[in-house]
Amino acid sequence: MEIKKHGWKIVCMLLLFYTMMAGFLIEVPRMPILNETIRNLFFHVTMWFSMIVLLLISVINSIRYLSSQNQSHDITASEAVNTGVFFGILGLLTGSVWARYTWGAWWTNDAQLNGAAVTMLAYLAYIVLRNSVEEEQKKARISAVYNIFAFVMMLVFIGVLPRMTDSLHPGKGGNPGFNTYDMDSQLRMVFYPALIGFILLGIWIMQLKIRLKKIENLKQNEAIHC
Amino acid sequence: MLLKEIKYLLWQELKLENRQRFAFNGILLYVISTVYVVYISTKGDTQPQTWVSLFWLIMLFASANALQKSFVRENSNRYLYLYTLSSPQGIIISKIIYNGMLTGVVSLLTWLVYSVLMGDAVSNKWLFLCSLWLGNTGIASLFTFISSISSKSSQNSTLVAVLGFPVLLPLLLTLLRLCNASVMGVSVADVQHYLYVLLALTVIIWAMAYLLFPYLWRE
Repeated sequence: MEIKKHGWKIVCMLLLFYTMMAGFLIEVPRMPILNETIRNLFFHVTMWFSMIVLLLISVINSIRYLSSQNQSHDITASEAVNTGVFFGILGLLTGSVWARYTWGAWWTNDAQLNGAAVTMLAYLAYIVLRNSVEEEQKKARISAVYNIFAFVMMLVFIGVLPRMTDSLHPGKGGNPGFNTYDMDSQLRMVFYPALIGFILLGIWIMQLKIRLKKIENLKQNEAIHC
Repeated sequence: MLLKEIKYLLWQELKLENRQRFAFNGILLYVISTVYVVYISTKGDTQPQTWVSLFWLIMLFASANALQKSFVRENSNRYLYLYTLSSPQGIIISKIIYNGMLTGVVSLLTWLVYSVLMGDAVSNKWLFLCSLWLGNTGIASLFTFISSISSKSSQNSTLVAVLGFPVLLPLLLTLLRLCNASVMGVSVADVQHYLYVLLALTVIIWAMAYLLFPYLWRE
C-alpha cells in the first residue's frame, strides 16, 4: 500500500542517482564546439521540460478553479508556478554558464532565450499579481485568468516564433548538435531517464509545497477563530 | 442582441469621451512630448532600425499609459447599474473596439509628428500602415484586457506594465520585423507570413479576452 503510493518517489530518486552517475561518466560523442559540454543536455534541457510540465499542471488547475471555485485547485496552480519558476531559474543558470563557454557570452539575442525570458517575466508577474490582491477568492480568480492568458501567449512565443527564425542552440540553424538524426543512442540512454527523474522531482517538490500551504492556511484559520 | 448591446455601449463611450476629452487629449499630449524628448536626445539623427524601435517604444508606453485607466470608471458605483444590464462580453468587446479606435487615431497622429521631427524613414508606406494598424489593434486589445485584470488589484498603475509587457513581446517582435522590412524596402512577399502571425496573435488575444473576461467581471 505504502509502496504503491510512494513508489514513484523511489523511482525518481533512482533515476536522478543514475543521471548523476551516468551523466558525468558515460562516453559522449565528440562534436566541434560542444565537446564535453554536451553533457549539459542532461542538466539544462531537462530543467525546461520540467518547468513546462509544472506550468501545464498549473494552467490545468487554473481552468479547473474557474469552473469549480474550489480553493485547493488554486493552491495547486500557484504552487506549481512557484516550483516551475524555480526550475526556470535553474535552467537560466545552467544555460548561462554553458553559453559563456560555448558562445562566449552570458546572454545572446536568441529566439529561445527570448522565449525563456518572457516566460520567466510573465510568471514572476503572476506572483506579483497574487501578492497585490488581498482577498483570497478574488486573488484566486484574477490570477487564474492571468495564468491562462500568459500560458497561451507563452505557447505561441516558444512554440511558434522560434520555428520561423534560426537559433544558436545546438541542432538548430546548422549548428552541430543532437537532432533526431544525430542524437546518439548513448545520449538518449541518459537523457530520457534524466527527463523523467527531474519531472518527478518537480512534482514531488510541488506536492510538498502544496501540503505546506494547506497547513499554513489551516493554522491561519485557527488563529482567527481563537 | 450582443451586437445591439455593443453598439449602444460603444456609443456611450464615445459620448463620454466627447464630453470629457480625457483619454484622447491625454495620450496625444503624452505622445507629442515623448516624441519631442526623443527628438532632443537623439538630435533627430537615427539609423532606420533605431527609428523604428524608438517609434514603437513611444507607442507602447503611450498605449500602456492611456489604457490602464480603461476600467477605472467602471469601478465607481454610478456605472454599476448600467453594467448590470449588459453582458460582460458586450462590455469587453465594446471597450476593445473603442480603445482600438482611440489608439488607431493616436498612432496615425504620432506617425505624422514623428516623421516631421525625426525624418521620414519609411520606404514602403502601405506595409508600414498595414502593420501599424494591425499592431495597434493587437496592443490595444491586450492592454484593455490586462487593465481589466489590474483594475481589480490595489496597485493599478505599475501592474499594467508588469503584466502586459511580457505577454506583449511576441506581438512586438513580429511588429518590429515587419516595420524594419518596410523601412529597409524588403518586398512584401518576404515578410507576408509575419502579417499572418500578427493577425493570428490579435485573434488569439480577442478569443482569450472574450472567454476569460466574464470570470473577471463576476463579483
